[in-house]
Amino acid sequence: MKRKHDGSAVNSKLLRRPIQRCFPIFLLPMTAAFCIGFVYPFLKGLFLSFCKFKTTSKWTWIGLDNYVKAIHDSSFVYSFWYTVLFALVTLFLINILAFAVAYVLTQGIKGSNLFRTVFFMPNLIGGIVLGYTWSMIFDGFLGRYGSSIIMSTKWGFWGLVILMCWQQIGYMMIIYIAGLQAVPEDMLEAAKIDGANKWQTLWKVTIPNVMPSITICTFLTLTNSFKLFDQNLALTGGLPFIIQPDGSSIHTTEMLALNIYNTFYSQNASSRGTAQAKAVLFFIMVACIGLIQLRATRKKEVQQ
Amino acid sequence: MKSKTLSNEKRAKTMLTLLFTVICLIYVLPVFFVLLNSFKVNTFVKTDTFGWPHGESFAGFDNFIKGMTFGNYPFLKSAFYSLVITLLSTGLILLFTSMAAWYISRVDSLFCRIVYFACVFSMVVPFQMVMFTLSKTADTLRLNTPWTIPIIYLGFGAGLAVFMFTGFVKSIPLEIEEAAAIDGCGPLRTYFSVVLPMLKPTMISVGILEIMWVWNDYLLPYLVLDRTKYMTIPIHIQYLKGSYGTVDLGATMALILTSIIPVVVFYLTCQKHIIKGVAAGAVKG
Repeated sequence: MKRKHDGSAVNSKLLRRPIQRCFPIFLLPMTAAFCIGFVYPFLKGLFLSFCKFKTTSKWTWIGLDNYVKAIHDSSFVYSFWYTVLFALVTLFLINILAFAVAYVLTQGIKGSNLFRTVFFMPNLIGGIVLGYTWSMIFDGFLGRYGSSIIMSTKWGFWGLVILMCWQQIGYMMIIYIAGLQAVPEDMLEAAKIDGANKWQTLWKVTIPNVMPSITICTFLTLTNSFKLFDQNLALTGGLPFIIQPDGSSIHTTEMLALNIYNTFYSQNASSRGTAQAKAVLFFIMVACIGLIQLRATRKKEVQQ
Repeated sequence: MKSKTLSNEKRAKTMLTLLFTVICLIYVLPVFFVLLNSFKVNTFVKTDTFGWPHGESFAGFDNFIKGMTFGNYPFLKSAFYSLVITLLSTGLILLFTSMAAWYISRVDSLFCRIVYFACVFSMVVPFQMVMFTLSKTADTLRLNTPWTIPIIYLGFGAGLAVFMFTGFVKSIPLEIEEAAAIDGCGPLRTYFSVVLPMLKPTMISVGILEIMWVWNDYLLPYLVLDRTKYMTIPIHIQYLKGSYGTVDLGATMALILTSIIPVVVFYLTCQKHIIKGVAAGAVKG
């Protein structure tokens, strides 16, 4: 239906058919690689989560057993709540700080460009490198009190929070700056003429106008925290751990992604089914956040 | 009265500039400490992390020399493979996803819509979901070398690129391509001499995002590559820290610094594009 309106159907002979004949050149390479790199591993992974397996070629169907095991795995449940807590703390800290920085940097103060450059810089450094950089700093600091980042659960948590803030404030700041620069100048002018002070202008004019950026950043920080792996591995590697009464252990700074990884590649190869089930549950969580985001952004578009 | 508020505002702005200068100095401190510690003798990194290297703690360039051959694997080899993988992957992704995106939005058949939907869907799938099966698939298909791993990157990273390219292609008016077709251009020529030049800004944005992702990626190459033969910089650094009881922290810091320097140089030279690319790719979930 839609096609008729933009007129491309009329020209299908001119454009569409010749392009279609070039399918092997245009679409095939990407689709083939996509099947190898995503579709097949995804479907196979989904299937294997219902199986008992050690390698991908030898499996026996066991139904939902893996999922039951995953849900009853105390380390998985622990890392889930740990991740949720981490995600919420970083969500607020990063967004508030990034917005504040972006707000100040769009007020036309001297050196704004230089400040922006500096704040964004940590984003280009990889997670592993960042993790070790910060573990050196925290250890240098905690070493004076005879402690270490891998010995303290509390420091492991706040250390990772500090690291993530340091890395992500710059990224979110860029998105907020783009949003703030799009606030209509005449609206700000009108508020000024009507005698609104800076605080009122910020709350009543600026923030409602940058709502789309706030939505994007909220979900970006949420998914980033949920998917966090490299930084977690390099900073603490999940340490320290406590041994449960039943003999299993809980790594107290281990987040979901690292927990799944450790379950996959532990000494005990028979836990791979459980690991794959955990991975599917993890995927569902991340996808849910994505779906809610999609709805939230759609709603905003309708309102505007 | 008016001039007074004006000068007040001016003073406030100067104060803000000062405040942000201080914040920025604190912000670069971690990198500065890496620099400082890369010149220190191993034992002093832990005990005297924040001090200036002096007399007995000063190691000169020893750490850098030691770091280069640390762990029986030359660091330069890792750096070379990192570069190969990043360039090849980014090149492949840019070429094939942009072609696919053009095909998808111009042909718009049912199959195209399915591929497009699958690509968008793949953006919300975390790597842990596919990592085990993907690494086995890559092994079976011999995609476990730096020269072939870009195919995996093209597959797993296609989602965002196709999404961004399709968004842009849809905004290109059809008339231009029609004119080319009337003038006798085949699809290939239309694409390479008419569409591709218009895609340049999006190419830069996608390219920057892919470079940042692939260069810093740790888990995918770690699981896919044949680690006895090939390493990348993140794998190398993790390997040094992870697999030794006694780590030479000074040498590790020297390597971290060596790996940060090219990134910072790249950032400072392409800063404008990088920031634009990030703002454009912000839709990624």
